[in-house]
Amino acid sequence: MTIDIEVNNRTIKATKGETILSALHKNGIRVPTLCHMKDLFPTGACRMCVVEMEGKKNLVPSCSYPVTEWIKIKTHSPRVIKARKTIIELLLSSHPDDCLYCIRNGNCELQSLSESFNIQERRFAGHKTTKQIDRTSESIIREPEKCILCERCVRYCEEILNISAIDFIGRGSDSTIGPEFNNGLNISSCIDCGQCTLLCPSGALHEKTNFNIIIEALHNPKTHVIAQYDGAFASSISEEFGIKSGKDISKLINSTLKLMGFDKVFDTSFGSDLYITEVSQQIINNIKSNKNLPVVSSHCPAWVKYIDKNFPEAKKLFTTVKPPQQLLGKILKTYYAEKISIEKENIFVVSINSCTAKKDEITKPNYSSNGVKNIDASLTTRELAAFIRIHDIQVNQMIETLSDLPFGFSSSSGKISAISGGLTEAIARTAYYMSNEKEIQPPRINKLRNTKSTKELTISLNKKRYQMVAVDNIKKAHQLVKEAMNGDSNIAFIEVNVCPQGCINGGGQPLKCDDEILKARKKYLYDIDNRASIRTTYKNSEIKEIYSKYLDDPGSKKSIELFYEKHILKQQKYDSI
Amino acid sequence: MNESAINLVEELLINASFEQRSELKQYIKLCRRDTVEKPVIFVGGGTCGRAAGATDTIAAIKQYLDENNFDAELVETGCIGLCSAEPIMDIQLPGRNRISYKNITKEKVTNILDAAINSTIYSKNVLWQFENDFSTQWEGIPFIQEVPFFKNQKRIVLSHCGKTDPLNIDEYLALGGFKSFSNSILNKTPAQIRDNVLKSGLRGRGGGGFPTAKKWNITANTTAEHKYLICNADESDPGAFMDRAIIEGDPFMLLEGIAITAYATGITQAYIYIRSPYILAKKRLQKAINICKEQGLLGDNILNSGFNLSIKIVIGAGAFVCGEETALIASIEGKRGIPRPKPPYPAERGLFNMPTVINNVETLSNIPSIINKGDEWFKEIGTDKSSGTKVFSLTGKVNNIGLIEVPMGTTIREIIYNIAGGIPDNKKFKAVQIGGPSGSCIPEELIDTQIDYESLEEIDAIMGSGGFIVVDENTCMVDLAKFFIGFLKDASCGKCIPCREGTRRMKEILDEITKKPLNGNHHSLSRFKGVMQLEQLGEIIEETSLCGLGKTAPKPVLSALKYFREEFEEHIYERKCRANVCKGLRSYEINIENCTGCTICLSKCPENAIMGTPRSPHFIIEDKCIGCGICYDVCKFNAITIK
Repeated sequence: MTIDIEVNNRTIKATKGETILSALHKNGIRVPTLCHMKDLFPTGACRMCVVEMEGKKNLVPSCSYPVTEWIKIKTHSPRVIKARKTIIELLLSSHPDDCLYCIRNGNCELQSLSESFNIQERRFAGHKTTKQIDRTSESIIREPEKCILCERCVRYCEEILNISAIDFIGRGSDSTIGPEFNNGLNISSCIDCGQCTLLCPSGALHEKTNFNIIIEALHNPKTHVIAQYDGAFASSISEEFGIKSGKDISKLINSTLKLMGFDKVFDTSFGSDLYITEVSQQIINNIKSNKNLPVVSSHCPAWVKYIDKNFPEAKKLFTTVKPPQQLLGKILKTYYAEKISIEKENIFVVSINSCTAKKDEITKPNYSSNGVKNIDASLTTRELAAFIRIHDIQVNQMIETLSDLPFGFSSSSGKISAISGGLTEAIARTAYYMSNEKEIQPPRINKLRNTKSTKELTISLNKKRYQMVAVDNIKKAHQLVKEAMNGDSNIAFIEVNVCPQGCINGGGQPLKCDDEILKARKKYLYDIDNRASIRTTYKNSEIKEIYSKYLDDPGSKKSIELFYEKHILKQQKYDSI
Repeated sequence: MNESAINLVEELLINASFEQRSELKQYIKLCRRDTVEKPVIFVGGGTCGRAAGATDTIAAIKQYLDENNFDAELVETGCIGLCSAEPIMDIQLPGRNRISYKNITKEKVTNILDAAINSTIYSKNVLWQFENDFSTQWEGIPFIQEVPFFKNQKRIVLSHCGKTDPLNIDEYLALGGFKSFSNSILNKTPAQIRDNVLKSGLRGRGGGGFPTAKKWNITANTTAEHKYLICNADESDPGAFMDRAIIEGDPFMLLEGIAITAYATGITQAYIYIRSPYILAKKRLQKAINICKEQGLLGDNILNSGFNLSIKIVIGAGAFVCGEETALIASIEGKRGIPRPKPPYPAERGLFNMPTVINNVETLSNIPSIINKGDEWFKEIGTDKSSGTKVFSLTGKVNNIGLIEVPMGTTIREIIYNIAGGIPDNKKFKAVQIGGPSGSCIPEELIDTQIDYESLEEIDAIMGSGGFIVVDENTCMVDLAKFFIGFLKDASCGKCIPCREGTRRMKEILDEITKKPLNGNHHSLSRFKGVMQLEQLGEIIEETSLCGLGKTAPKPVLSALKYFREEFEEHIYERKCRANVCKGLRSYEINIENCTGCTICLSKCPENAIMGTPRSPHFIIEDKCIGCGICYDVCKFNAITIK
């Protein structure tokens, strides 16, 4: 039911029961907010969205006040503007306001609000609480002094992710947001997904950056520096340079990387191709031997960390294949190192992706051998953009170059695995071919291309019907795995992404993302797939070559040695080790 | 006693045929203390009594009774209200009126009991005697209702407090307890009860003053799987102890109120949210709940009416903000106690997202009397729009500190000068702070204001939950405002920005103007600017804060500014505190005539601000002096004076 309401002496339409804020937004009237989050229950903490309502003594928060009848409001009356301005001034009075030293300088919501309210005087000067910076996590830095307690991270972590790694601590002006007992993030329930860094308006939560080791490697003549980037990065990097989202600038990025001193630029999707091949083989094997089903994906490091912390028994269902970027890293430090005759110690691999949790993944001991890491550094999309800015390169003026061979080329299957459901689609194609020796028709699987948090596909493998499920919600994934642990499920494969919609919405992606931008990123990757001539991993000639020259077959002794997680194999009591 | 209680429940509440039975009638008379068979000793054992030494008094009495083979009954009651006279000890000898003594610490017990053993009374420390139709009075001792402290009170909620054994259900039943409840569930429909309460005009006593029955109607008319009742006993205002005294003194009346409310709103699960420091109240309440369960007054199918009710006590961790209903709900749900925006109101969507009635202890304790005596009786008390009585805790600079219950419409002057007995040492009255930390300071010119919701709103004050703090001329209003805003700053939950950051800045501004001024123009300017901001900031906090606590947080400061502006200005411009409270603004000088050069002040001064040689007059170095006043306190020759 629609109701007429009067806003700023103009009548607009509102749906009964919706909040004033939502009605205002629909009608193009903008009201500033710091704590509002679409689709979540309003918390009413920041009070920035207050409006003046006739008949009410106090100002009314538009984000939580439901429209139930005709009301008359003013969104920008002097009283409202004064209140909003005072709130910003109060926030600034306890903010370190060292903007010049802040990672969010230039794209900080507090900064821009302060600018738009024309604040030019420090009206309230007083005590500022000193709080420790938390650098304990491998991926996320917490700077509580900069926190304005908008609660976005807390609510997202609790309500969407179901992790609750951080919450309010203390009371009144001593309040802070942090993990339990104000310990470090590293020993909290945090799984490094980094969604909070996307939401934080002020730079209190951001990714941990270490450019120095990369710069040193780039300028060490002995070191052969390789960049590998994935599809999620390619889908969004254009946004960082003011180019519209979904525009392909990867060829420009290739030459930019080369200009900065990278010796080779490869595509992590090649690793995905390997991953898809190996995991498909494993699914077929497990179906044949009828054990360890379903196979659960391990490509999302945040999901792996979640299971390690909360449900370690489920680890035995996990695929034993290492994550895609590690596979490529491993190949680079073995096969490729031999091929170009450089010691693996002198190869430095930088993985560029959309993920903050991968920063944690690369430090794990099982992803290095004899002290040599498979991946030496992991950069997020945001960080790479910052890294390019350090080198003062105008990306749009570069000349397009292709990425290097042999690992710069992948099937489009490897690309779409950056979207939730994409990995399942890719594995369905390969596993179907492996099992039935013919191609799945059509290769485009629409059932896996929607925005639902659970996507299901029924597929015939080894002459039986099996289900494949893609989930991008931890709570549902946990439930699904728990049910699968009890046996009796008909599921062959479960793909889990912690970030809603998958890696394209990863914690390291450009800020200020919305549904439209996500759609554009998705379209970019699906377009590649729709246009591609090689859409399946088994048609990728480079993959074929590496198997014939080096690895024999998927699941061979060599593959197991290089690609498999030994500890999961042990848990599954594999015969081959 | 237990078996007789079951009989009593049956006879009194179900059969009503007891009138023919003389032995029961006699038992009821005993329970009502109309007659006593042996001497009965009552000791006020509320938290206030215990703090004044009632525990020791009780031990001393027990010892005396043992040693002297004195056969007497010892009863521990709640607080009768006159806390400044605690420990209060009453004695009722067979055939004679009950008589009360004040300040009976353990040493004084012997005197009284020596007299009692000889069936006479000790003549000192006497407060009053109780009126009784069945016994003879003592000559020359005033009746309780004639004492000024009680004369102007109208006790409904507190009617049993301090008089009866709070945990003796027989006494409560004999005094007419649970009659309203049994009558309600057996003979009335929930709608009838809601209608009675609506007509009575009862409004929420927790501070808001929202009509109680309207709240009930919203919940009763909402369809939901479950509905809950919460009794808010999270009383955390500094200087407020109404709820504590009610629970300690008469837990059954509260439980009866809860039970009637639950029945009237179709609720079967009630919670009492009580703050953890209220240990005694919690203990007595739990015992009272257990007794009611044993007697079949709580639980399933109460008195065969088909009505079920379970009451659960939830202990709050002691956060001030948990008195706010949405924060309280979050706390019961096991979450961090922080408020959420309203609407939706708890009456529609509250505890576990179900419709929830939240009422304060005092509100609920009023219900049994309203049902028993009728809405018209209740409507008669008080003013037109504010009916009934209100309990206040009288504290501060008054002679009679304690708990009072007055009809709405009583003036502030009546309370201070009649009930509270005026201000000690004939000091001048300055202000009264009504309504807890977020209430207002009411100055002398408004002392004839009536206490009811409308009159208080007119002068920009609030009823609050019932704090009543009187201050005299020795109190600095800036300091008082600073105290309250400091309290609220610490108690703020930290969720919304205006309250979290604003109260902190307000406190800092007040700190600034009460501090020893630094030399230089910049500091003077910042002091001046601070006060300009104080008002603006206060208004923004009022306008934009999330919950009721934030919205009223600047009230004490704003009202002090409104009524005592000249005192603020003195602090800023003249750097003077007229009450000599603000240490930073005090300065001292040494009177050369009186100073003997004893060097005590010199050695005690923490800032080395005093110089001088032994046996010759000393001097204060003003720049170093921080105004702490230690020298003033230690000087034996009155040589140090305040400038």
